Amino acid sequence: MLAPQRPGPRFVEIDAIFDACVAQAHERLDAATVDAWLDLAFWLGRLGRGAEPQRQWLLRGADLLERLGPGLLAPLCEALAALQKTPDGRAIGDLLTVLPALRLPTVADAAGWLAQVLELQRRSSVAIHHRAIDPSAALPVFLAESPALLARVPVEGLGRWLDAGLRLHGHHPDRLADFLRRQSPDSRALFSRDRPGLALADAERRLALTLRALWALDEPILPLPEPAEGEAVGALPYLEADGLRLPGRLEDYAGVSPLQRYRLIAAHLAGHRRWSQPLVGDNWSPMQRLAVETVEDARIDALLLRRFPGLRAAMRALHPLPPADPSESADSSRRVSTLRLRLARLSCALLTGEPGDDAEREVLARFTAALSMGDSSTRDMATLALAWVAGSRRQSDQFAEVIFEGTQVDWRDDNRHLWRFIEAGDEEDTLGDPPPRPAEAEPEELPPRLYPEWDAAALAYRPDWVKVYDRLQPAGRASDIDALLARHHDTERDLKRLLDALKPQDRVRLRHQEEGSELDLDRAIAALGDLRAGILPDTRVQMSHRTDGRDIAVLLLMDLSASVNDPVNDPVPAGEGAAEPGETVLSLSRAAVALLAGAIATLGDRLAIVGFHSDTRQRVDLLHVKGFGEAWDDAPKARLAGVQGAFSTRMGAALRHAGELLSGRRADRRLLLVLTDGRPSDVDVADPEHLVADAAQAVHELDALGLYTHCISLDAQADAYVGRVFGARCSVIDRVAQLPRRLPEIFLGLTR
Amino acid sequence: MTDPLHDWRVAAEPHYRPQGNEVALYEAAYAARLPVMLKGPTGCGKSRFVEYMAWRLGRPLVTVACNEDMTAADLVGRFLLEPTGTRWQDGPLTLAARFGAICYLDEVVEARQDTTVVIHALTDHRRCLPLDKKGELVRAHPDFQLVISYNPGYQSLMKDLKPSTRQRFTAFDFDYPAPALEAQVLVSESGIDAALAARLVEVAQAARRLKGHGLAEGISTRLLVNAGQLIRHGIAPRDAARMAMVRPITDDADIRESLDHAIDAVLG
Repeated sequence: MLAPQRPGPRFVEIDAIFDACVAQAHERLDAATVDAWLDLAFWLGRLGRGAEPQRQWLLRGADLLERLGPGLLAPLCEALAALQKTPDGRAIGDLLTVLPALRLPTVADAAGWLAQVLELQRRSSVAIHHRAIDPSAALPVFLAESPALLARVPVEGLGRWLDAGLRLHGHHPDRLADFLRRQSPDSRALFSRDRPGLALADAERRLALTLRALWALDEPILPLPEPAEGEAVGALPYLEADGLRLPGRLEDYAGVSPLQRYRLIAAHLAGHRRWSQPLVGDNWSPMQRLAVETVEDARIDALLLRRFPGLRAAMRALHPLPPADPSESADSSRRVSTLRLRLARLSCALLTGEPGDDAEREVLARFTAALSMGDSSTRDMATLALAWVAGSRRQSDQFAEVIFEGTQVDWRDDNRHLWRFIEAGDEEDTLGDPPPRPAEAEPEELPPRLYPEWDAAALAYRPDWVKVYDRLQPAGRASDIDALLARHHDTERDLKRLLDALKPQDRVRLRHQEEGSELDLDRAIAALGDLRAGILPDTRVQMSHRTDGRDIAVLLLMDLSASVNDPVNDPVPAGEGAAEPGETVLSLSRAAVALLAGAIATLGDRLAIVGFHSDTRQRVDLLHVKGFGEAWDDAPKARLAGVQGAFSTRMGAALRHAGELLSGRRADRRLLLVLTDGRPSDVDVADPEHLVADAAQAVHELDALGLYTHCISLDAQADAYVGRVFGARCSVIDRVAQLPRRLPEIFLGLTR
Repeated sequence: MTDPLHDWRVAAEPHYRPQGNEVALYEAAYAARLPVMLKGPTGCGKSRFVEYMAWRLGRPLVTVACNEDMTAADLVGRFLLEPTGTRWQDGPLTLAARFGAICYLDEVVEARQDTTVVIHALTDHRRCLPLDKKGELVRAHPDFQLVISYNPGYQSLMKDLKPSTRQRFTAFDFDYPAPALEAQVLVSESGIDAALAARLVEVAQAARRLKGHGLAEGISTRLLVNAGQLIRHGIAPRDAARMAMVRPITDDADIRESLDHAIDAVLG
C-alpha cells in the first residue's frame, strides 16, 4: 500500500506510529472516511500545538469513527476549529485524549458534549470587550471530569447541570472548578437530580407506608453512602438497630422498576427483622458463614413468597442466573474459587425449586421439609448450610481470587445482623465505631426547613436550596401599638362602622322553603287562601334557619427587609392622609397591621402574622408575630411593636413556608396576604429576575395547595414585576401614608 | 288496626356473627330499657348488629341517618299543609316512641348538637318526648328503646357528643372482627372462597395500620364485602380489590400506590 503524502510538520513521535495507524484504519474504515480522518490528522499537525493532538487522533480517532460513524467528523472539526480560535486552543489535545473514553452512544450525544465544551469555554473565560483573553480555568477540569460524569448521567443531564453551574458560578473560576469537581453539596445535589433512576428520597414515603402497612414496622429508612468514583456497585443494603439502609438511587434492572426493587429490598430486610435470629459466628469459617447466609436468605425469601406471592415475578427476574456449569475447567486452570458461584446456583435452586445437581437436590428437599412445618429457624438453616459446605467443598475454595460476577442477588443485604461475635476478631472488615462527637450545645432555635428554589432558566427546581428558620419575634412594648392605634383613631372609627355592616348575622331565617323546620305563617295563610279559592297553592310554606358563619384563615406575611426602614417619601406632601414627619414604611406597616388585626379579630376570622427577611439562601428568617390560635392581645401586640427591618427579601422561600403554615389550617377559604415594599432580591443573587421568577413559581405552588395569595405592594415601581409574580391578585399602594386605611379595606374587599 | 310500624319490622334474620358477648349485653340493656351507644369505625358492623338485635327481640327498627343539615324537626315531626288546614306529621323519633320501636340514630355526631338535645328527655327516667310546636307530651311506649352510633375516629372538635348526651347511654366498643372471623363474614356475605377471603382480610389489615399516617380510616369490613361481591361477578380479585377497597378510601397517590402494591404482593 502506498503511504499517503504527509503535509505539514513532521514529528518524531508521529513517524513511529503513522504507518501502523494508517494500516489499521484501512482495515476498519472505508476509503472516504480514512481520507477524512487523515485530513483531520494533518490539520491537527499544522495547528502549532505540538505532536500530541495529532498523535491522539491517529491513535484513537479511527476507533471512534468506527464506533460512531463518519457523521462525527463534521461536528468534531467544527468544534476543534472553534476552540483553536480561542485562548483555550491548547485544550484540543486533552479533548482528543478524553473523547474516546466517554460514554457517548450516538453521534448526536457526541455533538451535544462538544457543544457543552464550547459553551463552557465561552462562558467561563475572562473576556474584555467580548474577546476572551485568558484561557478558561474550568475547561481542563471539565475535560478531566467528563468520563466520570458521563458514566452516571446522559449528555442532556450533564448539559443541564453544567448550565446550572455556569449560571451560579460563571464569574468565579475557582468556585466553578469546585462545582465541576462536585466538591460542593449543591453541585452534588444538582447532579443527582439529573441522574436517571429513582432516588430513595422520592420513594421513601411509599416504602415507609408499605413497611407500616405490610409489616407494622416503623423504622427509619436511610440512604447508603454513594458508591465511590469508579466503583460499579456501592455497599449492600443492611439492617441495623437504628433503621434500614437502602441504596440512595436505583435504576431499572432486568425489567423491574426501581420502586419495585426498593420494595423487594425493604421486604427482605423486614423479613430478616421478623424471622431471623442472630447466631454466634466465632467458630465458623467465612465460607461456612457465607453458606449459612445464603440459605437463611433463601428461607426469608421463601417465607416472603408464602405471604406475598405477588413478589415472585420480580424475584425471578432479578435473581442472577449463574452459568449452568460451574466451570470445572476454570477450577483447574484459572485457580479461582467458585464458591460464590455455587452458592448463587444453590440460592437459585432454592428460589425456583429446580435443583441443578444432587447436592442441591438434597438441600432443597431438606429446605422444603423444614419450611413445610412452619417458619423454621435460622439455626435449622445453619445446620443445612453446614452440611452442604461439608459435602461440596473443593480444593479451589481457598484461592484468593473469587468469581463475584453474577453472584450477588439484587435485593439481598449483607446480613450483618445475623452474626454475634463473642471475641472481637481481626478478620472482620469493620469500620469501627465513629469517634465520639463532642457534645453539641443545645440549639437555640428550631432546625431549618429546606425549600427548593425555582430556576427559571433551567425550568427545574434547585433542590433543598434555601434554609428557612422559624423564630418567635422578640417582643417590644405593646403600649407602642396602642399609641399607634390612637394616632390612627379616625381610621379605626371608620373601619368600625364598616365592620358593623359586615359583621356576620349568626342565624339567618330562610323563608319560602319546600322543606323546613317550621311553618312560614304568611306563606301558609296565602297558600290556604289559594286552596280555598280553588287555585293551585305554592307548596313552599316552610321556613328554616341557617347559621351564617365566615370560615376564613388569613396569614399575613410582612416583608421586614432593610428597606422598610426608609422614611416615607410621599409624592403628595400635603393633604388628607399625608404622612407625618418621621414616619417610616415600617411604622406605617405596623399601624396598618394593627388595624387589620383588630378588624379581623372583630370579624372572628383566624389570623396569623409572620414577618420575614433573608440573608442569603443560608438564612431566611420567618419571625412569628401572632399565631392562628392567639388572641389579639398584649403578647402579639408587643411582638408587632418589636419588629425591625433588616437584610433582604427572598420572597419565594418565605411564600413557600407561609403556604406550608397556612395549608395546615382547616378553613373554607385560606388567604395569604403579602405586604411588601419592593421586589424580591437577595445579596447572593446577581440576576434580579431569578428571585422574581422563583416567587412567581411559589405563588403557583400555593395555588395548587388551594391557597389564595394576594399581594399589597408599597413600591410605586411595582408594576414592573408584581404582575408577573401575583398575576392580577395584587394591589399597589403608591401613597404609603394611606396604607393604614387601605390595608383593612383591601382585606374586607377580598373576603366580602 | 294496622300496625303503623309494619314497614320497619325486620323480616328475615340478618347475618351477624357475634365477636364476643355483645348479644347478651344488649339483651340485658334492652330488658332494662337502657339507651345504647355503639362506637366504632365505619363499616365494622354496628348497623348490622342493631338490625340483628331488633330481629332477635322482635321489635321494629326505625333508622335515621343523621347529617349536619338535620334539624330537630326532622326527628320530631312538623306541621304539613293540607286542603283542610295543617296536619301534624310525626317524625321518626316520635313514631318510634309512640308505638314502641327501637329508634336507631346512625352517625349521631353528624347532626348538630342542638338537634341531639331533643333526645334528652327520652333517655332518662322521664321517657317522654315533648312536642312543643304541637303542645303534646308523648309518653314513650314501654317497648321503645333508643340506640345511637358514632365513629370516634373522626378527630374533630365540632363532631363530638356533649357530655350531657353521653351520660345517658350504655355503650359498646366495636372494632373490625378478628382476621379469622372477618374472613368468615366475608365468605358468608359474598360467597368467595375462604383462601381468597383470608388474603383480602390481610390487605385490609395492612391498610388499617396506615390509619393516622395519611388514611383517615382503614378498609372496613363493608368494603371487603363489596370487593367480594365484585369478585363473585367475575372481576379479577386484584381489580376488585383496587376498585372496592383502595380507590374509595384515598386520594393520596403514595398511599394508593402502597396499597396497590400490598394487593399485588398479597394476592399474587
